[in-house]
Amino acid sequence: MSGSRKVTVAASILLLLSLASSVLLLRRVDQVRSHATLEEVLYFSSPKWIKRMSLGYDGLLADIYWTRAVQYFGSRHVAHATDYKLLAPLLEITTALDPKLIVAYQFGANFVAPKPPEGAGMPDKAVALVEYGIRNNPDNWKLYYELGFIYYYMDPPEHAKAAEAFDRGTKVPNAHPFLRVLAAQMAQHAGEIQTARMLWQAAYATTQDDLIRKNAVTHLRALKVDEDITGLEKMVATYQEQTGMLPASFNALVGAGMLLGVPVDPNGKPYQLMFDGSIELRTPEDFPFVEKGLPPGYKPGPPKLH
Amino acid sequence: MSRVVHIASNTFREAVRDRVLYNLVAFAVLLSGAAILVGQISIDIERLVVVNLGLTAVSLFGVVIAIFIGIGLVSKEIEKRTLYTVLSRPVRRWEFIVGKFFGLTGTLVVNTVCMAIGVFAALLYVSHKFQASDRWILVALYFIVLQFLILCSLTLLFSSFSSPLLSAVFAFSLFVIGSFAEDLRGFAGMSHGLTQGLATGAAYLVPNFSALNVIGQVAHEQAISGRLIAYNTGYALAYSAMAICGAVLIFERRNLK
Repeated sequence: MSGSRKVTVAASILLLLSLASSVLLLRRVDQVRSHATLEEVLYFSSPKWIKRMSLGYDGLLADIYWTRAVQYFGSRHVAHATDYKLLAPLLEITTALDPKLIVAYQFGANFVAPKPPEGAGMPDKAVALVEYGIRNNPDNWKLYYELGFIYYYMDPPEHAKAAEAFDRGTKVPNAHPFLRVLAAQMAQHAGEIQTARMLWQAAYATTQDDLIRKNAVTHLRALKVDEDITGLEKMVATYQEQTGMLPASFNALVGAGMLLGVPVDPNGKPYQLMFDGSIELRTPEDFPFVEKGLPPGYKPGPPKLH
Repeated sequence: MSRVVHIASNTFREAVRDRVLYNLVAFAVLLSGAAILVGQISIDIERLVVVNLGLTAVSLFGVVIAIFIGIGLVSKEIEKRTLYTVLSRPVRRWEFIVGKFFGLTGTLVVNTVCMAIGVFAALLYVSHKFQASDRWILVALYFIVLQFLILCSLTLLFSSFSSPLLSAVFAFSLFVIGSFAEDLRGFAGMSHGLTQGLATGAAYLVPNFSALNVIGQVAHEQAISGRLIAYNTGYALAYSAMAICGAVLIFERRNLK
């Protein structure tokens, strides 16, 4: 074997070994600094400074920060995290760099305002974010809808402010007609399931973002369960009034002509009629946002966005 | 081995004679000093600004030096025809490449030490004394040197087959991509199918400079784990070895006539 060939063979083998080593070591590095990445995102936390430092390439930088905000929420969500404290600052930076990025405001309304583990639990920040969006995009009716949405789901709910936000939206040219319906509905029937369903259906219809849509579907499924169980509990009460005893099973209600069959949840699993007449879900973990049908002492885990 | 040492020492001597190098080092030191002024117009962040701005200056100017000296290492020797003189002696091509790599690395280590003295002088001026957590600044500087190690090997790889201008573009582009390597891996993790395979492959192939950047952490006096130091050292050495092997393979087959 010639000298040159020997060098080629040795360098090739060393190259492959080095490549394998670098991949293995990088995986180790990732394990050590699994939580470090996004801490560094806020190395510069002032949106104004970041905008100045972008040297005019703020559109590209906004896209990067937007990607990071989505990745941050996604990775924390997968890891069953209970806090999202960097979500609001990341979205503030993103929208400061690109105030026209409507999806960032929608994302903020859906995930910054709700309480942990469903969101960051910062409704004031969410309101400030969407109001900033409205100032920069006054003709976008979707942002008024998002603002009303945040107020509706505040704790305690701010129904009057929600109605006002929807009403402001109706004055925007080309606003969707349902904003007028929502404004009226909010003023008259604020706490009802129908109103909540209308809001989530609108949330689903007004976005292209997959995560926001999945969140809306999860809430709509939970509302369906709440509505089913409310109806079933009324039937049980009626049955008790008529017969003087609680039904032993759903078959008793079927026999009394109140039901056509054993009722099932949105996953097709039968509801459970308990000995005390209450109704419970078989798999409550499949419906993270339900308020009814939970076994006594049940602690919900982090929501799964189907 | 002695031939590699000779080429390395000659490369080092040639680099330190370059006036541009001194200008860049002086500018980095000046920027560290300016951090004192910037810190004074803020509230209670003088030390933070000195560390952030000082280490960023060391890193960025080092990157510029590494790229601009590295890209000419091979092409300049060909242009001046000194390469033929060197290779006509009992010097193997791989020894030439490895020697150039060590020479450039040595230059950058000396530059980093000079710039680091400027950072520590500014820090001393602001804080009036050093504190225990300042040792993490040394770790950050060590990681910056590891960045230079990878960058030197990459510039050498590109200069072994390309023109200086293209080599600079390639090296700088890889530096930028490498600084966003974790985003690339995040993207790979969120995608599916063929896209995921391609993104994962690309994410492991580009140098991961973001793992070597702990400036933000040390500015906030956060400790750096020993395991991270060990793994980053191993990673930088492995990646540099890979790029140098690539450079050797290309240069061995290059027609110099």
